[in-house]
Amino acid sequence: MNVSRRWLEAFLRRPLDARDAAGRLAMLGAPVDAIEALHADLGGIVVALVEEVRPHPQADKLRLCVVNDGGAERRQVVCGAPNVTAGRRYPFAPVGSRVPHGRDGQPMAIVRAKLRGELSEGMLCSARELGLGQDAAGLWELDTDAAPGTALIDAVPIADERLIVDVTPNRPDLLCHKGIARELGAAYGVPFRLPEIPGAGSIDVPPARRLAAGKTATTVAGVRVAIDDVEGCPRLLGAVVRGVTVGPSPEWLRRRLESVGARSINNVVDATNCILLELNQPMHAYDLACLRGGAVVARRGRSGERLTTLDGVERGVTDQMTVIADGDGAIGIAGVMGGADSEVHADTRDLFLECAVFDPSRIRRTGRALGLSTDASYRFERGIDRWGGADALRRCIELVLAIAGGTLAEPPVDLWPQPTHPPRIFLRLERVARLLGVALPLHAVEKALVAIGATVVAKPEDGRIAVDVPGWRPDLVAEIDLIEEVARVHGYDQFPSELRPYRVGTLPDAPLHGAMRDVREGLVALGLLEASTLPLGPAVGPGSVALQNPLSAEEGYLRQRLLPGLVRQVERNWAVRTGDVRLFEIGTVFAAGAPGARPIERTHVAAVVTGLRAPAHWSDTHSAAFDVWDIKALAERVAALAIPGATIQVAASALELCTADGTVVGSAGPLAADAPPWSTPLFGLEMVLDPGSRLPAPFRLLPATPSSERVLALLLPEGTRVGQVESVVRAAGAPLLESVDVTSDYRGADLPAGARSVAFRLSFRAPARTLEAAEVDAAERRVLAALHERLGIERRGAPLDTAPAAGPTTAGGD
Amino acid sequence: MPDATGYSELDALLPRLAPLGSLDAGQLEQEHVVLLGRKGGALTALARSVAALPAEERKSFGAAVNSLKQRFEAAFAARAAVLDVERQSRETAGIDLTMPGRRRWTGAPHPVTRVIDEILGLFGELGFAVALGPEVETEWYNFLALNFPADHPAMDMHDTFYLAAPPADEVPGGGRLLLRTHTSPVQIRTLLASAPPVRVVTPGMVYRNDPFDASHAPAFAQIEGLAVDEGISFVDLKATLAHFARRFFTGTTAVRFRPSFFPFTEPSAEMDVACQLCGGSGCAACKGTGWVEILGCGMVHPQVLANAGLDAERYTGFAFGMGPHRIAMQRYGLPDIRLLYEGDMRFLSRYAP
Repeated sequence: MNVSRRWLEAFLRRPLDARDAAGRLAMLGAPVDAIEALHADLGGIVVALVEEVRPHPQADKLRLCVVNDGGAERRQVVCGAPNVTAGRRYPFAPVGSRVPHGRDGQPMAIVRAKLRGELSEGMLCSARELGLGQDAAGLWELDTDAAPGTALIDAVPIADERLIVDVTPNRPDLLCHKGIARELGAAYGVPFRLPEIPGAGSIDVPPARRLAAGKTATTVAGVRVAIDDVEGCPRLLGAVVRGVTVGPSPEWLRRRLESVGARSINNVVDATNCILLELNQPMHAYDLACLRGGAVVARRGRSGERLTTLDGVERGVTDQMTVIADGDGAIGIAGVMGGADSEVHADTRDLFLECAVFDPSRIRRTGRALGLSTDASYRFERGIDRWGGADALRRCIELVLAIAGGTLAEPPVDLWPQPTHPPRIFLRLERVARLLGVALPLHAVEKALVAIGATVVAKPEDGRIAVDVPGWRPDLVAEIDLIEEVARVHGYDQFPSELRPYRVGTLPDAPLHGAMRDVREGLVALGLLEASTLPLGPAVGPGSVALQNPLSAEEGYLRQRLLPGLVRQVERNWAVRTGDVRLFEIGTVFAAGAPGARPIERTHVAAVVTGLRAPAHWSDTHSAAFDVWDIKALAERVAALAIPGATIQVAASALELCTADGTVVGSAGPLAADAPPWSTPLFGLEMVLDPGSRLPAPFRLLPATPSSERVLALLLPEGTRVGQVESVVRAAGAPLLESVDVTSDYRGADLPAGARSVAFRLSFRAPARTLEAAEVDAAERRVLAALHERLGIERRGAPLDTAPAAGPTTAGGD
Repeated sequence: MPDATGYSELDALLPRLAPLGSLDAGQLEQEHVVLLGRKGGALTALARSVAALPAEERKSFGAAVNSLKQRFEAAFAARAAVLDVERQSRETAGIDLTMPGRRRWTGAPHPVTRVIDEILGLFGELGFAVALGPEVETEWYNFLALNFPADHPAMDMHDTFYLAAPPADEVPGGGRLLLRTHTSPVQIRTLLASAPPVRVVTPGMVYRNDPFDASHAPAFAQIEGLAVDEGISFVDLKATLAHFARRFFTGTTAVRFRPSFFPFTEPSAEMDVACQLCGGSGCAACKGTGWVEILGCGMVHPQVLANAGLDAERYTGFAFGMGPHRIAMQRYGLPDIRLLYEGDMRFLSRYAP
């Protein structure tokens, strides 16, 4: 909402400092987003007195003027305006200043120039050249006694500031100058009243003739006024004004409209817009001559009905909309936009003025259906003052009569079939104290309520007061709303900020939150950086969940996996020649649920790695890039954190993560990507993050006895996998076998075709005693026998020496 | 002689104690063998001889031998430590230590995660637990239960992504499925699931149908907070959140509360903190106001409590919500929110702890 500082001053009858006013409004809940100084581009323009006017010796249409601009010297100025007159004051742009709207409407720098041989030192200006109106017929004759040389913006009332107020949807009353002035009046402790309308002093508009409850039709000055759609249009006021002269608005009105960014159209339309901006009551003026059948009716639209609105667009209406119709058909979409056919134009003589209340949600749905939001619809859908229409119409008529002439044919009519009163709310002082934490005295509560225009109709009885809320506050419907008003007007900063005793909550942290933190910390410890991708993307298969109103087709679905987003981020890193990329993400993924059910949401963790395994160091003989063994170990580590009890299984070409019951919950392996030739292979993993609680690891006695280790070099025939060997070894080595590690994998011409030699280090331990060599030998023999029997595997060559007992022990890993 | 043991065979070894401090490594080793070696060490032999002594002598002589042995062992260890340091500095003397060291990759949580964790930690101190909720919600949880009137412009404050799926019949409150526009639905879920006193903070992603530009993202994090119990007032709201702000920023950061509007709280407020860049004098970052908006808050609307099945006369509470992305942008001075979604290694690695 744009408001003008000068317009507000007219309400408050006192000067305002725009910055200070903005600060006060912010603390009342209507922050000012910006303050724009208007006409700041007129800073160089001064008031000048034309002392003498002579003909130009070389040109009939030009004159030579002697100008006093406050300086010691008089200036000679060549002027082409017909109305330049000696002894009058005009705006003057001295040499070196700029005129905002020069030729072509562009800013123009004023320079010393010779015009037809005569020196011209500056420029006398029209209002249009200063961006202050359309009148370009002559110089702007100033009605001021200011001394020559006075800055123009100080001499005439044009200096102004536009405050752009951020109005929340619950406060339609702040969508007009009166509402903002009311708030500032409360803040400064001063009264406010409507500004005088220049020239309206002697005009006396009779009050509207209110029809009895239940009446839905009447006539005014021969025009039938009716409400056929009481739900959509609860109240309709109308007046007929005859004999107006449509033309430009007076200077003060044009300036007011322009000060808030509205365009001046003509005096009649400007009058209705002025009431909208002043009182938040949308009005509409019809050319009475264009109303067919002499009727104005608020009714439901009819299917197939069409009309051309003021913006020149032909629109279809539906029976879900309220329209204003004449005897023949729709002439306006109620509360949204009038029709072009009955628009007021230069030749209009007689007017019908409409002032109505429309149902907020009807207007909202209509505007949405038409894709149209106007100043009027914006206000109706937030709720205008249902009880304020009569005063608004009366002021609008005064304004029209003052600036466009004409006469009011008959008192206005006021159709209100189901009249109501603003609500009465009971407020308990004890409840105020309990909610706000401070026991405010009755007078402070009353003061706040009076400041917003409420009436305290009854003093406390059984501790509560009755409050009639003002009509312009549709947001005040319950006790809590009044409590907020009391706190707001009293001032939030007036309440203490002291920590008082409280009871802590009884809920534990969500287990998933702890699980996400553990996984994140684990991956960070491994040198990966956490990334974040947008959860929206293209469809990937039938399980994708589609959005109804996506930003774009590329982002029309919820992601099912995290990896595609991470791969794109890797590609972006490659594009800036970053080859070492280690990213992970923990986020939500979505899959379509059963028909009619909500989608299934899961938390996933995914990681991608490419580039060097460790930062290159000058001492390295070669720098190793990430390979499949890195991603396997990474997957094992993440699985241990994300899914307690999960195992890794080797599928055809990738690694699969399975829960204890065999459900596949993730995978890891090489990834396809749009990779530059210099990049190293890309690997990734993605798995479900188990949202359940983690049990703490139970304590196991740390071994107090030494282990015995044996290394077996085994000859694996083609097709035999280490995993198979390991499980046979573990089964046969139990219970003394503690761990199995692979220490080498050899293929060579000295081995049988297709075979390889894999060395396993077996570590044996008994928890309570030191093992005898014979026991270890026996276990080793059992292992070898089982391998021979189950897999046909033999040792390669002669048995190797027993590894020293004090060799490195392995921790974890099994 | 000082430190004399009273036994001549022990006192005879005492003069060998002081010279240990000037031996080199080889000499030290040799001397160790002579005095404390397992086989043939003089002190070792004396210690062994204790067992053979008559009972009346055993105790005092044994104590004297042990005490002397400990003094020698300490002296050997001290000299060995000195020699070790000398050896290391000799070994590195020939190396150009200005050469780069061997680094490891350093991981880091996302800058927004760091902000979230810090905020959750501070509220954890104030007795708030972490609660989570789904990102796909029904209209009931996201809007209606939170007192958003149907067909009201308050809905315009949230540009909502709706799912193309048919409406859910879930009870209570079906309605269309949508991506939650705020974490506030978790308020309802928490209150429906557990009785007061409730104190929770709920981090999570929320969605708005905003084009992706320098200051808007269609998905971003939010942290909601909720405290509901008997006797919670606006003073508690102010005090709790001001305390948070002073812990999160600096102990002297000025805080102000000004009226605002959210359908699910009343009275509603915005909390501003003094601009951390200009200190409150006004700059471009705070649009000249000296204040930066940090969070929205308010007293839980009685209708919201009623919608969650609570007696709004008995219970009151406060709620708040803030945007970790925006806070991260302010904290790290980021010009463009998209930096937080690009996964650029150069950017993310700056936020390693």
